Amino acid sequence: MSNLDLNFNILALLPELGIFLLTLYILAAIIAGAGKKPGAAKCVLATVPVGALIVTALSVYGLCARQTMFWGSYEVDALSQFFKLLVAAGFFVAVLNARRQATLEEGQRLDYFLFLSFSAWGLIMMASANELVTIYLAMELASYSLYILIPLRAESRGAAEAGLKYILFGAAATALALYGLSWIIASQHSTYIVELAAKDWAFSSNPLAAMGLTMFLGGMFYKLALFPFHFWCPDLYQGASNETAAFAATLPKLGAVVVLVRLATLFNPGGDLANIVAVLAGVSMTFGNLCALAQKDLKRMLGFSSVAHAGYILVGLTPGTPEGLAAASFYAVAYLSMNLLCFWVISRVAPDGRNLSYRDLNGLSKRSPWLALSLTAAAISLVGLPPSIGFVGKLWLLTSAWGHGYDWLVILLCVNTAIAIFYYLSLVRHAYTEGEDDPLRGAAPDTGLFSSLGATVLAIVVVVLGVVPAPVYNMALEAGLALLP
Amino acid sequence: MPSETFSYPVLTVLTFWPVVAAIALGFVRSDLNVRRLTLVASLVELALAWPLLGFQKIAGFQFVEIHSWVEAWGLQYYLAVDGISIMMIWLSLFTLPVCVLCSWTYIGRRIKEFHVCLLLMTTACVGVFSALDLVLFYVFWEALLIPMYLMIAIWGSDDRRYASLKFFIYTLAGSTLLLVAIVALRIAGGTFSIPDLMQQDFSFRFQFWIFLAMGIAFAIKVPMFPFHTWLPAAHVQAPSAGSVILAAVLLKMGTYGFLRFSLPLAPAASEYFAPLMIGLSIAAIIYGGAIALGQKDIKKLVAYSSVAHMGFVTLGIFLFTVRGIEGAIVQMLNHGIITGGLFMLIGTIYERSHSREIEKNLGLGKYLPAFMFFWGLFGLASFGFPGTNGFVGEFLVIAAAMDQTINICGLNIPLIGLLTIPGAMLAAAYALKVLLKLAWGQPSSAAGKNWKDLNIREWVYLVVPAVFVIYLGLAPSGLLSTIDPSIEATVQQFEQKTGTGQPLPLGEGYDSAALTDLSQPEQRDANSAGIQRLAAGFDAAQEPKL
Repeated sequence: MSNLDLNFNILALLPELGIFLLTLYILAAIIAGAGKKPGAAKCVLATVPVGALIVTALSVYGLCARQTMFWGSYEVDALSQFFKLLVAAGFFVAVLNARRQATLEEGQRLDYFLFLSFSAWGLIMMASANELVTIYLAMELASYSLYILIPLRAESRGAAEAGLKYILFGAAATALALYGLSWIIASQHSTYIVELAAKDWAFSSNPLAAMGLTMFLGGMFYKLALFPFHFWCPDLYQGASNETAAFAATLPKLGAVVVLVRLATLFNPGGDLANIVAVLAGVSMTFGNLCALAQKDLKRMLGFSSVAHAGYILVGLTPGTPEGLAAASFYAVAYLSMNLLCFWVISRVAPDGRNLSYRDLNGLSKRSPWLALSLTAAAISLVGLPPSIGFVGKLWLLTSAWGHGYDWLVILLCVNTAIAIFYYLSLVRHAYTEGEDDPLRGAAPDTGLFSSLGATVLAIVVVVLGVVPAPVYNMALEAGLALLP
Repeated sequence: MPSETFSYPVLTVLTFWPVVAAIALGFVRSDLNVRRLTLVASLVELALAWPLLGFQKIAGFQFVEIHSWVEAWGLQYYLAVDGISIMMIWLSLFTLPVCVLCSWTYIGRRIKEFHVCLLLMTTACVGVFSALDLVLFYVFWEALLIPMYLMIAIWGSDDRRYASLKFFIYTLAGSTLLLVAIVALRIAGGTFSIPDLMQQDFSFRFQFWIFLAMGIAFAIKVPMFPFHTWLPAAHVQAPSAGSVILAAVLLKMGTYGFLRFSLPLAPAASEYFAPLMIGLSIAAIIYGGAIALGQKDIKKLVAYSSVAHMGFVTLGIFLFTVRGIEGAIVQMLNHGIITGGLFMLIGTIYERSHSREIEKNLGLGKYLPAFMFFWGLFGLASFGFPGTNGFVGEFLVIAAAMDQTINICGLNIPLIGLLTIPGAMLAAAYALKVLLKLAWGQPSSAAGKNWKDLNIREWVYLVVPAVFVIYLGLAPSGLLSTIDPSIEATVQQFEQKTGTGQPLPLGEGYDSAALTDLSQPEQRDANSAGIQRLAAGFDAAQEPKL
């Protein structure tokens, strides 16, 4: 089979190469001692966003690349290119967002961006990994860099705690995934997803394989912060600096989603695994939303909200149709854009890097109307109200899951929307109506051009993709059709 | 004249012109100019609606605009109007300039944001009443919530946070299930297009559930009797313009939903639930009137009277007769005009006395004769005094209700009609009570003597609804002939689908035997010739056609 050749084609690997070169560039600068000279460090740091932009451009260029490489373990297809573009674009925004981080020590800046791009590199490779061991390696590459990033918050014990929690939970979850992988190999004698898709995964006839896959999925659920693998999530968001949390909350989830979308081809619609995923999705969204209701810290609220959103995304994986996979991929776009927007606003409202509570948003509409308006767009989208990408994403999820035996999940998702209204609306409520004349409890919001413009552009993305979703959705649908023809 | 003869897509322009104006407001600095620009924009909006006057008095959809929106799911940008929606669009369009005028001095802070909210609400209102794609409809339906929420939460009175939150959570929670119904209709019917779905028959079981899912959303919006608690809170706290839009347009979206969706898409279920809906409507009429009678706050009184008036609308709809639905639509329009006028009057008097208590506003007849003239006019119209528009709608609904006789002990008694009578009497009682006190009560303070009567701006925005009160009261035939063809078509289609040969589902046949018949869905199904697609059940929904 020609698919089982090396098939190396450098033109199909441009995004990977781009981000790898960016990583090498920062590494070279560190080795050359740029980290010790503030002037040189500044120069290098100024070029990192440019590099990220180039990687994004390469990903756009690479959208049409199709190739199966490295003896069938690395698949450059519509799905992978779609997610690579998302990771690259998200990385660009995260880099811009992290540029003026107040709680990052000067000497660590270069290291910070080095590990940030290392992590993005791993995530980009996760998008193409089509074989369980490759997936595992790419995931570890993405995770290890993140383990280092989390505690990088000056003089914060919370950050150290968050970092430790993330490592310990992560180690346990990846060990579980590895253990599951060994069961899969033992029972199915293959690690190629293409071959595994033809095999039997029922609990009754092949319990070893089904248990193994469930454990392997556990590793992904951990990255996605799905119940019951979510315990690290709120703590990490709260402990890590706002800018690091913006990265950790969005991009690693993309990696998990793309792998889950690939693995969803193994589920039998209505089979055991699909049912497990459906139940976990239902529990996760309900649990996440109920917990988020009680939070006062914004990032902690967003942590639980992302537990709920992880549940939403999984709804698309249950019906086992291309439309379902496309809906999950599209919702990943929605999740990425609205969370980046939300974190962008949070990072700008707290330019001194402190943690924000709802009360800190009081009077935001007066101090910074653009940030307040953008936050409103993010909140509308997170609730799933039109016209925003969050609404369209939810609509696709609902439409794809209805009529495939998971109607209860659709209804549960809508009920969850109703639960979630309160805490997302609180963002708007505090920004617009509460205590307009309250004194500030920290640094004033950053109302500069960079801050407002960034927020506005992201808000426009959130709204425009909600009004004109067809181009992005068609890409996602093409990816879904390629996996499940 | 059909829309083809006009060089611009009328409905799209009407929907999005306010958005353009809202963006333009971003570039205006002074508060006065913001108000002026919004007023001009709202008048331009009215001028742009000129082609709608060429609406032909036929049943079909007119001014149709169809464009593909998301091809993969068959989403369409589909706008059109028919006799049911055209009046609601006119109502929305007239509401905007009137709201700008009545907020001229009432709103004193964050003027630009206020007018942006007003304009965006108009967009959503026109969109809701002209969208014929389920998703597009839902987009506009929900898009209205945020500006309305902000309007109550920012410019409302003291208890605004509680009221705005209650309004938002109540209405949004209700409409989440509407989305489930939309998705279910898409999978079962294969399309999001409302006219296409109207042509299809669904199994009773399917209709039963989508009626419930949609019905809760609409019932909360109307609001029907047990779901009405958000309304008085929202009305009382909202600024004048917010109350006007709430009363004139937002509540109508619920009843419009019943007419546009529940009746055509779930006819058998509508018939099945009709006794419940009629019961709730009568409860709303009597309960709303009785509670209104006991209010000390004028705004609360009008808010509860809204509950009663909307009860007449839902009653008319669920009688399933041409006269009943005719009455319902006329009543929708009238309630918008009359209650809108009353809320603006409350706003003008609040600007003078800074109180909405009846006790603080006694004896105005001597000092504010023009104000009292308008209050008298709208007050009389509100309880359906003959010669005002309120009479026409209420009369049609009660007449339709009187047609439905129920056989009790061998006598044909128009029970529903009789039950509405106390409601109508209560309306007269509370309207006259407040009129009496405002006009001739002992002035509660000397301050009232120094209040100025209405100025020209106030005259302008009160004359607009007053003209319609009298015109529609004396010459409703133009209105009726516009809406009639669409209503007849709706009722005809309804009868075809439910298989009721005669237009009175609760008519002579409504004896004990028919009662058991209604309460057993399977039997109903088997009897109804119109419901053919029994096989295509709720579970066996078709695959989406992509």
